[in-house]
Amino acid sequence: MRRLWITLTWLVFSILILIPLVVLTTGAFDEGGEGFLQALGRPEAMHALMMTGMIVVVVTLLNGIFGIMMGIYLVRGNWLSRKLRQLFNSIVDLPYAVSPVIGGLMIVLLLGPDTVIGAFFENIGFKVVYAFPGMVIATLFVTFPLMVREVMPVLQEIGTDQEEAASTLGAYSWRTFWQVTWPSIRWAVIYGTILTVARSLGEFGAVLVVSGNIINKTQTATTLVYQDMENFNVTAANGVALVLAVFSIGLLLLMERAKKRKEVL
Amino acid sequence: MHVEVRHLDKHFGQFHAVQDVSFSIAKGHLIGLLGPSGGGKTSILRMLAGLESPGSGEIIFHGKTVNHLPPQEREIGFVFQNYALFKHMTVFDNIAFGLKVKKIRKEAIRERVRELVELTGLSGFEHRYPHQLSGGQRQRVAFARALAPEPQLLLLDEPFAAIDAKIRQELRTWLRELIERVGITSIFVTHDQDEAIEVADEIMIINSGRLEQKGTPWDIYKQPSTPFVASFIGESTIVEEIGQLKGFDHHGITASARALIRPEYIEIGPAHEFRLLSATETGIVRHMHFRGSQWMVEVEVGTNRLITYRSLEKDTLEVGQDVQVLVHRAYLFNDNESWIAENTLKADPLSVFI
Repeated sequence: MRRLWITLTWLVFSILILIPLVVLTTGAFDEGGEGFLQALGRPEAMHALMMTGMIVVVVTLLNGIFGIMMGIYLVRGNWLSRKLRQLFNSIVDLPYAVSPVIGGLMIVLLLGPDTVIGAFFENIGFKVVYAFPGMVIATLFVTFPLMVREVMPVLQEIGTDQEEAASTLGAYSWRTFWQVTWPSIRWAVIYGTILTVARSLGEFGAVLVVSGNIINKTQTATTLVYQDMENFNVTAANGVALVLAVFSIGLLLLMERAKKRKEVL
Repeated sequence: MHVEVRHLDKHFGQFHAVQDVSFSIAKGHLIGLLGPSGGGKTSILRMLAGLESPGSGEIIFHGKTVNHLPPQEREIGFVFQNYALFKHMTVFDNIAFGLKVKKIRKEAIRERVRELVELTGLSGFEHRYPHQLSGGQRQRVAFARALAPEPQLLLLDEPFAAIDAKIRQELRTWLRELIERVGITSIFVTHDQDEAIEVADEIMIINSGRLEQKGTPWDIYKQPSTPFVASFIGESTIVEEIGQLKGFDHHGITASARALIRPEYIEIGPAHEFRLLSATETGIVRHMHFRGSQWMVEVEVGTNRLITYRSLEKDTLEVGQDVQVLVHRAYLFNDNESWIAENTLKADPLSVFI
């Protein structure tokens, strides 16, 4: 009986994760190393990977800053009533519950060229939807809870005592944050960052809706994979997908190492 | 620093935490804020520190109102109940924190930290982290850290609450001596009356947000100004009908007056131990509790049950034994006032003729 369960578990694990990885790798190299490099060397592939890279950097930075601030305000913001904070707290999780495609759609409906806000930005020469800013907003929407949810429990756990102690010793908020709060939440922020990077690397639905998937302009690595598949260009799709997969696996390994280091401290 | 508080008031939502509290503290004094948990002591302390803003009222340091000043500018040291040490900093860095904020020269910081480490007996522990220290050592670090920037006023919130009984005793004496040596005005919060009596120059009794009484421990014990203070300080039994006891049957005691009698106001024993039998009541021993250094005796006198102590040197009483009970004095109170009544039969009538 026990053996059966072990076999079954391994089977599910293999079908879900191991076999696709193997197929992905062999698929990427079925025209040899040259085919793989050729697939990646295409201008649209280079552009898409660069687009993804830029989104990852910008989104991670913004999510880092605003996620930490949101976490601090939700835990420490005594100027808001408790009920209001609870409400905001549950709204933070909205992106988990809503499909990314719907998230993307909301952004198009709100900031698209036909809307008041969208038209305003268009007039001052700042295109939001079907351009880089919209893609950043869409990815931010999807990744927003990740940082907040990592930081909040740690802030709750450390409490305000140390910060209050710092204030009675003459330190103002900036110094208190960097010397007292930051060392405590540092590891939570690192996890949040890794999760954010991984999620923005792989985001598809929201970005597809907002970007319009315009080749060499607003195409990201994931939407390129999608297009290559549509065009039956399987080798190219596998190649780009493999690059994404390798990055993600690398991140996960990094996170494991980070966890171990935290345990030592 | 001379501290004055006028009509301090604070609400937390519906809860009236501090109600019209006024007091002043002379420079260099060590004051204990004593009262039951949830009585508003910590709120008063936090308002003095600027960690909480008062609903109304004035806080005056050195003759200047400091209500608008943030904690950073009040020149105070604060020792938190659970010490709130910076857990990722070594003992050295914890103590040096307030000095670094002041942008003092590195050598001066090192010198001052060394001085404090010696003063608090932490030599050799400078490079440890808080989680590597015992409770007593953490308390010393918290204390050294609060003293480092040379504050004018030291505030301590239940400084001994988290330490086990044996070490608490040592730390109390240590703290008292240290504060005396540094000469800093200090206020500490406690719910433990022994601690307040032992450590403080003056005690303020706080109950349900009100200041009940302020005075030296001896004054408060001798002359409690409210029934709450009388029952909170020391041990006592409440007697509903004091008029029934011998020696308290006049005094103009009205029916509404109730009495509070401390164990040390009562003497108990067989008839031959008393010189003035006329002043004593008869009672029956109901319970004997061995309290290590003496017996605690519960004795029934009429409908009242009194508690007193009896020395181990005297004959041991038996449960059920008839004994004589002498009540020296009682603290009487009704709804409006309170006073102390001595046993009127105690004055030796013969002495008049000699």
